[in-house]
Amino acid sequence: MQLRGAEILIKVLKQEGIHTIFGYPGGVLLDIYDELFKGEIRHILVRHEQGAVHAADGFARASGKVGVALVTSGPGASNTVTGIANAYLDSIPIVVLTGQVPTHLIGTDAFQEVDIVGITRPCTKHNFLIKRVEEVAKTIHEAFHIARSGRPGPVLIDLPKDVMAAVTEYEPQPPKKIEAESPRPASKKAFYVMDLIAESKKPLILSGGGVILGGASEELRQLARRTRMPVTSTLMGLGAFPASDPLWLGMPGMHGTYYANMAISTCDLLIAIGMRFDDRVTGKIDHFAPNAKIVHVDIDASSINKNVMVDVPIVSDCKSALQSFNALLEQKNFSVTDDQRKEWLDQIDAWKKENPLSYCQSDTEIKPQFVIETLYKLTKGKAIIATEVGQNQMWAAQFYGYDEPNTFLSSGGLGTMGYGFPAALGAKIAFPDKLVVDIAGDGSIQMNIQEMATAIQDNIPVKIVLLNNGYLGMVRQWQQLFYGKRYSSTDMTYQPDFIKLAEAYGWMGLRATKPDEVEAVLQKGLDAPGPVLMDFRVSREECVYPMVRPGGPIHEMALGREMAN
Amino acid sequence: MEKKEYTLALLVSNKPDVLARVSGVLGGRGYNIETLCVDATLDPAYSKIILTTIQDKATIGKIEKQLIRLIDVHKVTDLTKVESVSREMMLVRMKLSDTNKGHLALIIDTFNGRVITMNGDHCVMEITGDRAIIEKAVASLKPLGIDDMARTGIVSLERQIN
Repeated sequence: MQLRGAEILIKVLKQEGIHTIFGYPGGVLLDIYDELFKGEIRHILVRHEQGAVHAADGFARASGKVGVALVTSGPGASNTVTGIANAYLDSIPIVVLTGQVPTHLIGTDAFQEVDIVGITRPCTKHNFLIKRVEEVAKTIHEAFHIARSGRPGPVLIDLPKDVMAAVTEYEPQPPKKIEAESPRPASKKAFYVMDLIAESKKPLILSGGGVILGGASEELRQLARRTRMPVTSTLMGLGAFPASDPLWLGMPGMHGTYYANMAISTCDLLIAIGMRFDDRVTGKIDHFAPNAKIVHVDIDASSINKNVMVDVPIVSDCKSALQSFNALLEQKNFSVTDDQRKEWLDQIDAWKKENPLSYCQSDTEIKPQFVIETLYKLTKGKAIIATEVGQNQMWAAQFYGYDEPNTFLSSGGLGTMGYGFPAALGAKIAFPDKLVVDIAGDGSIQMNIQEMATAIQDNIPVKIVLLNNGYLGMVRQWQQLFYGKRYSSTDMTYQPDFIKLAEAYGWMGLRATKPDEVEAVLQKGLDAPGPVLMDFRVSREECVYPMVRPGGPIHEMALGREMAN
Repeated sequence: MEKKEYTLALLVSNKPDVLARVSGVLGGRGYNIETLCVDATLDPAYSKIILTTIQDKATIGKIEKQLIRLIDVHKVTDLTKVESVSREMMLVRMKLSDTNKGHLALIIDTFNGRVITMNGDHCVMEITGDRAIIEKAVASLKPLGIDDMARTGIVSLERQIN
């Protein structure tokens, strides 16, 4: 069958199971957009290319499938870089299709030409420039395979205009299945881990985003429950283990819970699964888990012994490793009761009582934590939550309980302000029947606020819970704590009237300025059928606690009591 | 940690952009490539890159792990770890004069060099050897007036079939 490159592209996308893409047209994409006009694939028209990539990323995080963005050459392509780097640092499988000038013009500084393959080389898992129409089908299949296999990541494909217009013979090929190539733990090592678990008096599981990406949450739960090992998860790993389980410790690290950080600092066995010992988690490396034998399971060999030297390195995908641990436990008929763990679990309970996550409630000012707690209560923890970056993100991690994987979407590695809202749109596309909420700050939301138009045009009714303190709150917090309260350029008092702005875009806008209005505003906003922005005027100088000072050991936390009124 | 020169052999796809990806892994982390040598293997679909870099032991381990993550890199071998032979070739263009000719002949002889072309007042010669030999040759030739030179960088091969 003789087909044009653009037709082949659409056919291959459909074969890869893609029903929706996020994009923005341009001159070199005309052939592709003409093909999209047939309506075989749903196209969500974003208002900025960064939004397209974040939306594809949010789609991928929520659904576990590959998200796809389509953008034009030059500025369209360069606008995707932040979104791509964001997906790269969090290992999110997306495919970014960029238009390119015709092959004979490449390298001539043609109109809207950039070397996007060169620009994104260090922030993609892999990228391609397709120079012949005969390569289109094979390359796109390969890109999808690379994006989702092994440690997932973003893959970019540069599509010159003439290649999309050219005609070639096309025979459909079946998409590459993920072969059982993913590494598995050697049985000797799995046995050794069993011995360590059996010997340990104070074991702890530290899980990360890899457990979610690898679809291994169920296996994680089995392991923890059978051995009564408490669980803490990095920001990226929230939801893999249910926050409602008594073994749950919350997130560790810079803004982690007191008890998670104390557990890490005290445990004698740390089983780290699908996480990479980011500096925000470890604090000062020399003081990280000083008493523990560390087992580290990761699919990426380069993550092992990179930051923390471990005792038992296991290069494996999380699911295989956890399955082999669980199988051995079954085989040996090994399990632990709460009674046998009593001493350790009691210690953890004591820490939980000593310093629970808390804030100082007020009658006059809305506390941002209170907004999130109320949101948690009203949604019964069932919403998909996307976050922006900064204080809003940390409070969303602390005060909303995630019971299921793929329900917390947050820019962990890159810390991209402006991520949450477009990511929420992507998640809503993946799950139209689920409630999707972006927890935002007034700084972050203004970074991709243009996508409010997208939500209306393509009917994507997400909710924005805006914790509006008129500051770049997290930077202000550091200025308060470490720079003598010199709030250099973090005051954003001048801002749009978010209600009017919402209404101008065709959204519903709601506002709460007092604590007793919070629940009613949330209820009304969540119940409304369309997209709603809820502007909560929160206590301006609230800080995120606990806080480990940058570069400090994680057992030394400021708990914020000194700040209480 | 003590630093030394490591020689890595990379089996890579013979495609555009692969060298940029490889050098990016080092360059992006602020590591210098000291020498670099690339050509196709017996199978023209693949190339072999031989590069040397001065690192401590922990860092070279991390670099190897980062390199093997690249889709187009199929194998990374640390030739410093296995028994291997290495050679480098240099071409040197010397200005000739009545005073240096005799001395030059002696040096060529000492280093098993070869004159490739001679044209009136200058000649181009080649010298092959391991890195130490090449360094010594350069030191000996320098006082006689090197006009310009080009070095291949190190090529290296395991001694044994593995």
